[in-house]
Amino acid sequence: MSTQTAPADALLDLLTRLADDDLLLGHRNSEWTGMGPLLEEDIAFASMAQDQIGHALAFYELAHALGAPAPDDYAFLREPNAYKACHFVVAPIGDYAFSLVRHYLYDTAKALRLQALTRSTYAPLAELAQKLAREHKYHQLHGRTWVQQLAQGSDESRLRLQSALSEAYPMALGLFEPTPFTEALAQAGVQPTERSLETQWRTETESFLSGIGLSVPTADATPYLGGRRGYPSEYLLPLVLEMTEVIRQDPQAVW
Amino acid sequence: MVTAPSRVPLPEAEADAIRGVLQAVKDPEIPVVSLVELGVIDGMYRTAEGTTLVELIPTFAGCPAIEFMRLHCEAELAQAGIAPVTVQVVKTRPWTSDRITPRGRQLLKEFGLSPPPVVAGELTVEALAHAECPKCGSTHTELLNPFGPTLCRALHHCHQCHETFEQFKPL
Repeated sequence: MSTQTAPADALLDLLTRLADDDLLLGHRNSEWTGMGPLLEEDIAFASMAQDQIGHALAFYELAHALGAPAPDDYAFLREPNAYKACHFVVAPIGDYAFSLVRHYLYDTAKALRLQALTRSTYAPLAELAQKLAREHKYHQLHGRTWVQQLAQGSDESRLRLQSALSEAYPMALGLFEPTPFTEALAQAGVQPTERSLETQWRTETESFLSGIGLSVPTADATPYLGGRRGYPSEYLLPLVLEMTEVIRQDPQAVW
Repeated sequence: MVTAPSRVPLPEAEADAIRGVLQAVKDPEIPVVSLVELGVIDGMYRTAEGTTLVELIPTFAGCPAIEFMRLHCEAELAQAGIAPVTVQVVKTRPWTSDRITPRGRQLLKEFGLSPPPVVAGELTVEALAHAECPKCGSTHTELLNPFGPTLCRALHHCHQCHETFEQFKPL
């Protein structure tokens, strides 16, 4: 017990949020497999899904080391209101514009969070964040490239992107919903407060998006909250039921 | 820091012997390159209980082949008489493509994959976008998609010979 400066329940809260967001958005992104608007995007979303589910597993493994159930059990055999994913990641994939904008907004937030976590006082998480931050560069490059291309493409692509952004932005603010452990985590140097991450994220996304001619609905955006505190989105239960359809047939099955 | 270590590094001769055995374990997605050449075999130790412990660090955390490779390593080592042995996946130590050996880079190229450029530190967008065509050697190339047929490959196009090629991603 030498490296832990925050209580285990605060660390578990953080690891569970990180893992759940990646697992559920990873599953959503995998829904583009075979359905992408072009082959390269089909492959890109499937690859990002694979990365995200891999990242979720790595976070669940750290949680397991702190007493959470084994990764598969924790990921799939929980009550719906025990998930800590924000509503944003659980929303259906919508059209490609929505999925792309969500990918850009989510991955910008994740990059900032991983960067901060590389300096975490919780050493196992700091070490893992260094690995994941490098992989994550590919997600950022992909998201920025496509958002910029479509924002500066045809009238239709710009309109569809703008409409997706107006819908997604308030949802994305839910990524930074505080939890009862936010302050304790910041005081122990595990991770900055959600508010400080949100400020960085707003600055970066507003600068990039307005720079390519999109209007960012910042002032009147009401965040979608509750996901971090046991009030899941209406889309969570159907999603979890779909993801766990096989494991629930026989939870003891050995693969 | 005064307790006895629960494991000690293997003597260099033993570590070399293990690397020799693990030459037989290839990346299942690039079956010409061994795990040793990819640089994913890391620390080797003997535990207090006498078990040989070999660390395997994944290229990408989401690599679906990692458990298969881990079991394959254990089986090869056991067959070579190294027992008891445990191969442990370690995700908290970053793998970087700079760990691929010169021989590994040559084999990747012969396989038709552009080897990653040397990163040496922070991974930049410039490093991601740069690739040398494995067919004609030109660097007048363009990144088409940072995601390819496997997590560790990206798609590029060569403006010199007009071939589309895959690159082993820099990381």
